[in-house]
Amino acid sequence: MTAVPSGSAAPVATHRPHALGRVRLGDPVVAVWLAALAVTLVGWIVVVMDGGEFMTRSTVTGILQNSVALGLVAVGQSVVILTGSLDLSVAYLVSLGTLVAAEMMESGSVLTAVLAVLALSAAVGLANGLIVTGLKVNAFIATLGMAFILRGYIEDTYTGPAGHVPASFRRLGYDRIGFVPVSVLLLLAVAVVAWLITRRTRVGHHMYATGGDEHAARLSGVRTGRTVVLAHVLCSLCVGAAALFLAARLGAGAPWAGTDARYDLESIAAVVLGGTALAGGRGGVTGTLGGVLVLSVLDSIFNQLSVDPFFKNVVRGVVIIAAVALYARPRSDRAAGRPRRAGRGRVKPGGAPGLPGQEQSA
Amino acid sequence: MTTTTTTTESPIPNTAVRAVRRLGTGAPVYALLVVLLAALAITDPGFYEPDSFLAFVKRAAPLVILAAGQYLVIVSGGFDLSVGAVVTAGVVAGAEFYGSYPDAHWLLVTAGLLVAGAVVGLANGLITTRLRVPSFITTLGMMLILEGAVFYWTGGSPQGVLPQSFREFGRGTAGGWLPWAVPACVVVGAAAVWLMRSDFGRTLLATGDSERAANLAGVRVPRVRTLAFVLSGAAAALAAVLVAGFSGVSAQAGRGLEFEAITAVVLGGVLLGGGRGSVVAAMVGAFSLQALFTLLNLQGISGALESTVQGVIVIAAVGLGATGRPGLNRPRRHRSQPSGGTSS
Repeated sequence: MTAVPSGSAAPVATHRPHALGRVRLGDPVVAVWLAALAVTLVGWIVVVMDGGEFMTRSTVTGILQNSVALGLVAVGQSVVILTGSLDLSVAYLVSLGTLVAAEMMESGSVLTAVLAVLALSAAVGLANGLIVTGLKVNAFIATLGMAFILRGYIEDTYTGPAGHVPASFRRLGYDRIGFVPVSVLLLLAVAVVAWLITRRTRVGHHMYATGGDEHAARLSGVRTGRTVVLAHVLCSLCVGAAALFLAARLGAGAPWAGTDARYDLESIAAVVLGGTALAGGRGGVTGTLGGVLVLSVLDSIFNQLSVDPFFKNVVRGVVIIAAVALYARPRSDRAAGRPRRAGRGRVKPGGAPGLPGQEQSA
Repeated sequence: MTTTTTTTESPIPNTAVRAVRRLGTGAPVYALLVVLLAALAITDPGFYEPDSFLAFVKRAAPLVILAAGQYLVIVSGGFDLSVGAVVTAGVVAGAEFYGSYPDAHWLLVTAGLLVAGAVVGLANGLITTRLRVPSFITTLGMMLILEGAVFYWTGGSPQGVLPQSFREFGRGTAGGWLPWAVPACVVVGAAAVWLMRSDFGRTLLATGDSERAANLAGVRVPRVRTLAFVLSGAAAALAAVLVAGFSGVSAQAGRGLEFEAITAVVLGGVLLGGGRGSVVAAMVGAFSLQALFTLLNLQGISGALESTVQGVIVIAAVGLGATGRPGLNRPRRHRSQPSGGTSS
């Protein structure tokens, strides 16, 4: 998480992050972590002026705790988005995951339940990936269709909370070491794995290349189809982890676990807040965690100030737009603002728009 | 720019060629609609009675209008995720307004809503073009803002009664047999076709195809794209008036409509990312989607599984369209500059 200087310039051609020591403010990853810091400070001041306490152990724990579910989903979402795809089925997969986890845990062992949820997630991700690459359905429609399919199944099978999570597994949701919830370690572990895969492995570089310009990547010998499928599987596995965490947290499976929190759109918002280009090829997991932190710090501030929950949405919408607008600025001065103008003097895979359905002038 | 002159709407004298080209990327959707309508006829022999068919068109009208607006945004290379929230906000705002001024003329309220929808679209457009926020994020934020504002304003449960005169447009009929929604649909369709054949439409397509090329050719890209959002917002407000008419005030009025509209447009063979597709096909896509809903209802598929079937069919239809597309269109529109995996 401190690897901020590794930057957002995709290291496809240049493996060595340039200017390791120099922190560039225009870098969205730096920007989003600074934003998280600024939001925290401002929130602190506002809450204290309001007569509350902000930097208490319980609020910090609460913020971290609230980051976990969205964080896990958003880490997965960043992997698909930087590969140039998108996943709108995550919310329903979270719901289904909690239900399957809780029901399996009620009747069987915890281990089989965990494996079942991860297998289910991988299967859904595989299906998403194959629909996108094999049937050549636009990712937006493919994963939206998958969301409908999952929704139908959930609504047909479950009418309310189901299953029961044993106390041993609920510790994942509630235990903490010092003020750090155990679940945060789960998020960090998943994020580190995702970071290593995207930044340090061949397939990770292929993901950036595919997201930057699928055609060029294919011509360069990257098996783009396989890469996109893998990205979808990784994303869904992260979503499965989020479902397991939520099951531990809720103590049962809930059909609304994923949809009430709108993990589909919120995770995309967090990813974009974190500086990952919706068109793919730029950004990464590090920024996404910053984006998630901004959203959950905001949430915590609103709770402290007991802001009307509906008004919260208004502010949240404004913040998302404003934040993206803020660092769309520095980027638009450089070549990055327009993906089609291949980076001047900088080697990066931003040659052409990614999959259709992504903003071209992002 | 040269590419835009060879799009589906190009006036080519040879009528046979023209007919096929007119279908263009939308060809699969016409086939889909025919299949669905045939299936409807088999399932429900009374479906083509004028009354029930007009009722079907009436139910489809809001989605068709939304699809027309959404098409304009999508073809220029963007997304409008805020239309569902605009519909909800429009319905609730109408009710709240009538709560304060029960005697307001329905025409005034309708016009007010249309203007408000256009203003929301203007905000979307300006944020997207001037602040360079991706439209996905802009309209997602707008959706959060509008939904939050509506619930905040009404304390979580929108109430109020819309007078008969206002609801007449959505539920009533002209001359006792023709639902107002049908002429509204036709007018919007005609306007959209006219628009896409005008200079504005051509520049819109050019912008979606390649913003840079359009810019170099002298298109005022930000203005064109903003106008697309404005029209989409106004279309959403019109849909809100229709929805308010036949289903009354509800906080759920517009929920999920944005995804339905986008699905309809994509079913119509319009390329997400812009630059390709016809508005008629997009509207036919909306009719197909509504026909699908109706068919699923008639088939007695339980409410819950309906969305599963819907998901499968949408993926299958778009998948078939995508795989059927190369033979149909590639030869015509060979891109010398392959733009990152247009096929997937």
